Amino acid sequence: MQLDEDRVVEMGPGFRLQWEPAQQRYVLLYTEGMVRLNRSAGEILKRCDGSRTATEITLEVKSAFGHTDVEQDTRNFMEDAYGRGWIRYKPTT
Amino acid sequence: MDAAGSVTSRPPSPLMVQAELTYSCPLQCPYCYNGVDFAFHRDDLTTEQWLDALRQARALGAVQLGFTGGEPMLRPDLETLVREGRQLGYCITLLTSGMLMTEKRLQALKEAGLDGVQVAFPSSSPAECNFMSGTASFEQKRETARLVKGYGLSLVLNFVVYRDNIDKTEQMLELATELQADYVEFANCQFHGWGFLNRDRLMPTLEQLTRSEALVNRFREQHQGRMRVFYVIPDYYAGRPKPCLGGWGTILLAIGPDGAATPCPGARGMPGVELPNVRESSLETIWYDSPVFNKFRGFEWMKEPCRSCEEKTKDFGGCRCQAYLLTGDPANADPTCSLSPHHGLVEAARAGSQTSACARPYIFRNVKNSRRLCAD
Repeated sequence: MQLDEDRVVEMGPGFRLQWEPAQQRYVLLYTEGMVRLNRSAGEILKRCDGSRTATEITLEVKSAFGHTDVEQDTRNFMEDAYGRGWIRYKPTT
Repeated sequence: MDAAGSVTSRPPSPLMVQAELTYSCPLQCPYCYNGVDFAFHRDDLTTEQWLDALRQARALGAVQLGFTGGEPMLRPDLETLVREGRQLGYCITLLTSGMLMTEKRLQALKEAGLDGVQVAFPSSSPAECNFMSGTASFEQKRETARLVKGYGLSLVLNFVVYRDNIDKTEQMLELATELQADYVEFANCQFHGWGFLNRDRLMPTLEQLTRSEALVNRFREQHQGRMRVFYVIPDYYAGRPKPCLGGWGTILLAIGPDGAATPCPGARGMPGVELPNVRESSLETIWYDSPVFNKFRGFEWMKEPCRSCEEKTKDFGGCRCQAYLLTGDPANADPTCSLSPHHGLVEAARAGSQTSACARPYIFRNVKNSRRLCAD
C-alpha cells in the first residue's frame, strides 16, 4: 500500500506499542494478539507518535543506525505497517 | 543454575492470562467448555487476591489478559480489575455474553482502560440464538456489539459453529459485517465440558464443513485488511490435532474463579493432577515449578506414536485435555490425529453425527443439569 511520506503518522486504532522488560524488546499489542518487534521495527514504530512525518522518521532512523541502506527498509516497513493498520495518518482536525 | 554454573533452560514466560472470574452465567449454551460440575464450585477469589495474581503474572511477563467466565460482568469489581490490569500494562479483552452490558458500564470499563470486547453469538438467527442460550439474548448481544463499536473499542465477534447453524455461515459473516467487527472468530465447536456431553448433537457433517470453510475463505479474501477472521479448525475432521496453545505450559496461564491455576481451563478435571492455587503459592512457583505445569512440557512425556513423530514439534501431540477426555490418559496422542491408535473413537463420533443418535435433545448448561449430572 502506497504511503504518503509527507504526512504525519501515528499508531493505528486498536494498536499499542509497549516496551516489555521481560522480553527486552518492543511489542505491538492488540486485541487477539501481539507482535514481537525486532530492534529496527521498534525504533521506527516508537517514532510513529503523531509528531513526525514518514520522511522525518526515515531520516531519524537512518541517523540512529548510522548507515544508508536502512532507508529503503524503513520505508518498506512503514508501508507494510500502514497496510496492516498498525499506523495511520494523524487526522488533520 | 546447574552444577557447572551455567543457566539451565527455563520454560518461556507466560504471555497470556485467562482469568475466569466466575462460573455463573445468565446463558445456558450447550456447547460451553466449562466443567459439567460447575454448580458445585465454591469460594471465589476476593478483589485483592485477583489484583495480586494479576500483578504477579505481569511480573512474570504476561502481556495479554482476558477476563472470562461464566459471565465476568457478574463481578461488580470488574472495573477495578481492568483499571489495575491496564496500569500494569496488559492488553485487556473482556469475553462476555453481552447480557449485562449497559452504556454506563461500558463507559466505566473504557475509562478504566479496557482494550477490546468479545461478544459470543450462538447464531445469526435471532430465534436460534435465543434457543441455544436459553433466553432472549440476540437483541441484547447485538446492542452490546453496537455499543462497543460506538465507544471505539475493538470488537471481536465469536461465532460458535455446530451442525444446526453451520449452514448459516454466510449470514453469520454478514452479521459480522453489519456490526463492523474488527475480528471474527469462526469457532468450529470444540468438544469439552458441556460441548462433549452434547457432541453428537453438535457435530457437523463433512459436507457441511467443506461448504462452510470455502465460504469463510472467500469472505476472508474479500475483507482482507478490514476484518480479520480466525478459523478454529474442526479437529475431529482435520486428520491432525490442533497445536493446542502452542504446547502445554508455554503461553497460557489460566486461573479459575477459586484461584486454581492450570495451563488450560480444560485441565481442571484431569485425574492425578493436583492444581496449585494462587492463594497458597506464588505464580512464579506455579508456572516454573509446579508438577502440573511441568507435566507435559517438552517432549519427554510423550508416548508413541508422538515420541518418534516428526510432526511433534508442530502440534505438540495435540490437546492433553482431549486425550484424557477420549482415552482416559492425558499422555496419549490426541485421538483426533489419524496416527493415534485411538483414532477410531473420533471416526465413530463423526459417523454418529450421521445417525439418529444425533437427534437427541440438547443438555443445556445450567445449575439444575449440573446438579443432576454430578450428584454422586
